[in-house]
Amino acid sequence: MAVPARPLRQRLFLTLAGFGLLAAVAILFAPLAGATPISLSRVFDRSIPYEQNVDAQIFFVARLPRVLTAALVGSALAMAGVVFQALLRNPLASPDTLGVGAGASLGAMLAITFDIGFSVFGISPLLVSSFAGSLAALAIVFGMSLARRRGKSTMVLLLGGVTLNALLSAVMLFVQYMADFTQTFRNVRWLMGSLDVAAYTPILAALGPMLLSWIGFATLPRALDLLSVGFESAAARGVDVVRTERVALISASLATGAAVALAGPVSFIGIIAPHLVRLIVGADHRLVLPASAFFGGAFLIGCDLVARTIMAPVELPVGIVTAIAGGPVFLWLLFRRS
Amino acid sequence: MATVSPLVKRTVAALLTAIAFAASLAAQGRGTAVPLPARVPQRIISLVPATTEMLFAMRAGARVIGVSNYDHFPAGVEKLPRVGGLLDPNTEAILALKPDLVVLYDTQTQLKQRLAGAGITVYRYEHKGLPDITATMRTLGDAVGAHASADAGASEIERQLAGIRARTMNRPKPKTLLIFGREPGTLRQINASAGYGFLHDILEIAGGTDVLADLKKQSAMLSTEMILARAPEVIIELHYGESLPRTSIDAERRAWNALPSVPAVRNNRVYLLTGNEFVVPGPRIVVAAQKFAEVLQPSR
Repeated sequence: MAVPARPLRQRLFLTLAGFGLLAAVAILFAPLAGATPISLSRVFDRSIPYEQNVDAQIFFVARLPRVLTAALVGSALAMAGVVFQALLRNPLASPDTLGVGAGASLGAMLAITFDIGFSVFGISPLLVSSFAGSLAALAIVFGMSLARRRGKSTMVLLLGGVTLNALLSAVMLFVQYMADFTQTFRNVRWLMGSLDVAAYTPILAALGPMLLSWIGFATLPRALDLLSVGFESAAARGVDVVRTERVALISASLATGAAVALAGPVSFIGIIAPHLVRLIVGADHRLVLPASAFFGGAFLIGCDLVARTIMAPVELPVGIVTAIAGGPVFLWLLFRRS
Repeated sequence: MATVSPLVKRTVAALLTAIAFAASLAAQGRGTAVPLPARVPQRIISLVPATTEMLFAMRAGARVIGVSNYDHFPAGVEKLPRVGGLLDPNTEAILALKPDLVVLYDTQTQLKQRLAGAGITVYRYEHKGLPDITATMRTLGDAVGAHASADAGASEIERQLAGIRARTMNRPKPKTLLIFGREPGTLRQINASAGYGFLHDILEIAGGTDVLADLKKQSAMLSTEMILARAPEVIIELHYGESLPRTSIDAERRAWNALPSVPAVRNNRVYLLTGNEFVVPGPRIVVAAQKFAEVLQPSR
């Protein structure tokens, strides 16, 4: 599909409007849909006391936090995927590649199995422990990037991240081994991912690191475009390569850590959303980054809607739906394009 | 085509006969010999906590020489050697104790083969519903030569359960959500009884109706939307292990305030029950049933 040669501002406007509309529609309509029919007028009917208003509770407690979580997690993972793919100059890179997601998973498993972790500002210990795990992994990866000699390619960072992933997986297996039946069950369920947060505190908690990551992402698009051609040529064009890499790494890792701590590891979005978006808008990061944010959020909202309605009254873990939905669609787009 | 000569025909027939004869010999020779118990087992290892409790209840506890890692009842088992559990049975430890009967899970295929190879009799335990508890107790009693006391114990369990059922039979049965576990402090990852299994059966005997009975599964992961839609009148949360401090119980109770329209929350009928008699389908299910009955049908 040839990208039309329009001026950038026009393409930016079309992209943001198009994908933004998609995300807005998803956020507005998803809370209305679900396994139980609710009526919007009843939801906002002030004459019924909230404690008795089942429709309002379904809307405000069961569905709206879910949709907001899906929007945040989907956009965070999609943007992190874009940035990691540019940083590592590898189209197969994902938020999981460098081990930050695994660090978050390990933190959660430690909290579940050994009951460690403490509540901070009313945020559940599990969330705190999981995010702390992702920060620890980030620290290790950051240390690796510092230890790299200047000029050494991204291969070192990539291999280091893959090794960290393997190490963390081994530790997680050991923790599983130590866990009793109930804890194992909880661990396995957590690893399947769940968006049913049923409260706004976890969302607000995750919003903190995500805001920081958005600030970092905002500075990156131009530099990532230049970096993807090569470090030397980017440096020749005035890009502070080292600083860009660090901002990219920290922002993408904060976003990933917050997303995984909030909803568990949700597979597929971080690798597929960037590619799907690039098939539509091209490779310019000024378009790809915001479009991926909107698309990732909308995609996860859609997958969650399917997950909670297709086998009603039982729910599917959302990670299953993202993989089953995303895979064939992506393959179709990929082969249609050629 | 040329006709086949009689000589070839006879040779082929002879060869086929020989092959068939050899195959039948091989088939007869195969099969692991399972030795019949020549006498009443005196050295019993129980990998299943439920059967351990049954063995002690039928007064065969003195003959139990090894238990699983998850056995905690009765108090006497704490001194016994541990030999692993469902997922990680320690074959070496089992063999070292020189048992003459091992009670194991029917799904422990590898362990069964190894013990058969060592010539040790096994009793295969299958985890099913409530009626199977007393049925298992009786067949286990026969296997260990304690038929009379096993039968008496099983009959006593049946009598007590029938008594509980009779007391609750004519009362209205509240729609009950029986929760096996969730994430502490929040309403996430709620895992609940869904209409099948021995806990479901006890719930119905004790005077409750499983609010998810139509799903007919042992357990299901619930969303908050489902809980709001199903509107249970009683919520029972099970906690295994030691009892929780009062502050924790109150904190867990407060988590439900996020769903005030649920009748159980509104009418303050959310209960947290502790104790591991809920996870061991053995003689103490009577205690479990009594605890359920106390909260479901409080005596006026």
